Amino acid sequence: MAYTKVAKKYSGKINEVTLGTGDKAITIGGRNVLPFHHFDGEIGHPPKVGIEITDIVPDDWNNALKNLYGDVMGDAAKWAKYVEDNYAPDFICLHFVGASPDGANKSVEECVEVAKQVAAAITTPLVVAGCKNDEKDGELFAAVAEALQGKNILILAAKEENYKTVGAAGALAYQQKVAAESSVDINLAKQLNILMNQLGVKAEDMVMHLGVAAAGYGFEYLSSTMDRVVLAALGQNDTTLQMPIITPVSFETWGVKEAVATEADEPEWGSAEERGIHMEVATAAACLVSGADAVIVRHPKSLQTVKSLIEGLLE
Amino acid sequence: MALTGLDIFKLTPRKNCKECGFPTCMAFAMKVASGAVEIEKCPHISDEAKAKLSEATAPPMRTIKVGTGDYEKALGGETVLFRHEKTFVNRNLFAVQFADQMTDDEVSGKIANLKKVDYERIGEQMHVEAVAVKYTGNKERYLDVIKQLKDLNKVFILVCDDAAVAAEAVALVKETKPVLVGANAGNLDEMVKLAKDNGVVLGLSADTVEDLYALAEKAQGLDYKELVLNTTGENIAKTFEKTIEVRRTALEGKDRTFGYPSIVFVNDLAKDNAYLQTALAATFILKYGSIIVLDDIEYANALPLFALRQNIFTDPQKPMRVEPKVYEFANPDAESPVLLTVDFALTYFVVSGEIERAKVPAYLAVPDAGGLSVLTSWAAGKLGASVIRDMIKNSGLEEKLTRKRLVLPGKVAVLKGEVEEELPGWEIIVGPEEAMQIPKFLRELN
Ligand code: B12
Ligand code: SF4
Repeated sequence: MAYTKVAKKYSGKINEVTLGTGDKAITIGGRNVLPFHHFDGEIGHPPKVGIEITDIVPDDWNNALKNLYGDVMGDAAKWAKYVEDNYAPDFICLHFVGASPDGANKSVEECVEVAKQVAAAITTPLVVAGCKNDEKDGELFAAVAEALQGKNILILAAKEENYKTVGAAGALAYQQKVAAESSVDINLAKQLNILMNQLGVKAEDMVMHLGVAAAGYGFEYLSSTMDRVVLAALGQNDTTLQMPIITPVSFETWGVKEAVATEADEPEWGSAEERGIHMEVATAAACLVSGADAVIVRHPKSLQTVKSLIEGLLE
Repeated sequence: MALTGLDIFKLTPRKNCKECGFPTCMAFAMKVASGAVEIEKCPHISDEAKAKLSEATAPPMRTIKVGTGDYEKALGGETVLFRHEKTFVNRNLFAVQFADQMTDDEVSGKIANLKKVDYERIGEQMHVEAVAVKYTGNKERYLDVIKQLKDLNKVFILVCDDAAVAAEAVALVKETKPVLVGANAGNLDEMVKLAKDNGVVLGLSADTVEDLYALAEKAQGLDYKELVLNTTGENIAKTFEKTIEVRRTALEGKDRTFGYPSIVFVNDLAKDNAYLQTALAATFILKYGSIIVLDDIEYANALPLFALRQNIFTDPQKPMRVEPKVYEFANPDAESPVLLTVDFALTYFVVSGEIERAKVPAYLAVPDAGGLSVLTSWAAGKLGASVIRDMIKNSGLEEKLTRKRLVLPGKVAVLKGEVEEELPGWEIIVGPEEAMQIPKFLRELN
């Protein structure tokens, strides 16, 4: 008997979404097959990888990264430019940790100023992430969306709690792209997408953030949620779940013990920087094969590695 | 492939004697087909028919056992492509590769790493289960390296396509039920004979999916089914494709020619890039690698890979929970602090591990929080001030303690005020956000 391939054709397709403008603009999505299943059909745009930077000098980052970046960390615009020039990520994620009312509590005006400077310094597409306080993020995102009109940035993200403000300002008033963030559950993801849609946000202007977990910390829920979302989008042609997926891997991986424990805490474990990179690339790879169309990492070596993985898988 | 009622009817003696409890053989056959009764209920069924039926109802992917005794591992036996459909049953094995051209220092360095990376995570021991030994032309040295690895008690994966050398290598370790990755289109007969004679699992290699299929078919034709398929291809993309197609053909195509575990040499694909190797290993943990071969193991790559494997191979139908109750550490007394966490196994093990590490006497109160993590249970309304109050009130701790201190997980610091109201007489302390900060926190708590 000769080999008969089990062919997989799907009726649905992941939407194409473009971020940024000009030469460096990127597009994600566009595939009608499972991730990297180039042997089944149209693979669309290869997944994209971005690097995370923060608005203020982060106090909890690994020392190796602080040494690597040195002084540029004190100025987000310089930092962004440095990252663009030296590492050429597909996009840069400006993470407003300084906006947190439980932390530095920078005002929305101060944050907008930083966003403007960063956007002016680079031509790489920009993703803006918040501080986990839904109310503050709502105001911050609305203001940043307005200030950066025409830049086609991605706002990460609108949640059930603030999607009206974020969706209305981000996508409707100022034509930016908006991510819809849910917590590791296909029904919640679907529901928020529908709500955003009812608000008037077009599917083409949206991506999904389905939640994030580090390898070993409930990651199986994330992976299975992605599987289910992607299978519904492709197999059942469910248009409410066909937005590309972005996963900010670095937001979790650098906080778990495997990455944080110092060499004094765990003498056998070796360099914390190395552990952080391995944790980050393992989690990012697992997200990508589960269905993420874009991931955010923190270490430049993770960026390089994940790019090589993507190239390798699509060779 | 599943048999229909009619197929099964043809296997019955067609006597309609009713001894099975059904009016006709046909009625009986329909019930068997639906899985409601066992074929054995018919006393007249022939052994041949039974064999046919068990062959037909066997799972699409074989379970292959490697190693012996305490070191025996099962590979394959999967029934679904996605874990939410049911569960993945047999976790992949990790192997570290040795070779005949390695120096003594390289060999002993890797052996030291294999011994060093051996630790517990959430109640399970984490270590590399297998060693691969690759033959590249120096027979004496090859056999010597194998001997050096014998008392590690790992599953042997002999990577050798020279039948004569393989025979000598197998002779050294055959009682450990090794895998011999060595059969190809050129040497299949010899290799199958060697594997059969010695009861070893045979690994098949071929360039393309089609060739691999033809090879598996031939091996089965030689009546050997203790097989592993080497799905490593010329590059990453081809390997991914092959590995997926093999699994998919077996499970969805119900074609047992590909119904065997796979082996993926990510070490070869990564070309000395340790980070890329980790990314590839993670890829094949999710996407159907049964044995994943690495260059070396250190804590840096082990921690995420073993953690990921542990996650992916848990049963989605039963989230791991621990019993809600008060746990004690280092003989706590009437003055010791009470820490609060949740009954999600992952959280409990992470937190209890850190309290043990602190070596400070303490109680750990675990309420019924629905088996969810701290923030998840809080967000789901299963870890609130009233749940905490009831837990403490019913635990008997109030009577036992002279000094009443309750430490909340830092992630639910917002609960402090409410818990203070619910538990008068208690000092409510907000602990750190991450469990790893517990030892320092406890040592400094007074
Ligand atoms: C996997 C997951 C799920 C799984 C549940 C898995 C489980 N068994 O818990 C599922 C998919 C079911 C789920 C569901 C929900 N989830 Co959920 N989930 C996650 C996820 C991705 C990981 C959770 C995890 O396993 N963490 C690992 C464990 C070990 O962490 P932990 O319990 O917090 O323990 C750590 C610390 O707290 C500390 N610690 C623990 N105990 C103690 C004790 C002391 C004394 C100290 C000092 C420290 C300490 O030590 C541990 C390690 O450092 C997180 C996001 C994330 N990355 O964390 C979201 C997250 C927790 N989920 C969230 C939400 C909202 C939900 C839902 C309510 C969504 C909904 N509306 O339905 C539901 C609720 C479930 C229900 N209704 O039944 C939110 C919570 C938001 C918030 N800040 O309140 C999160 C943060 C995601 C997000 N950003 O939105 N979730
Ligand atoms: S016992 Fe066997 S032979 Fe008799 S009726 Fe049942 S199936 Fe037919």
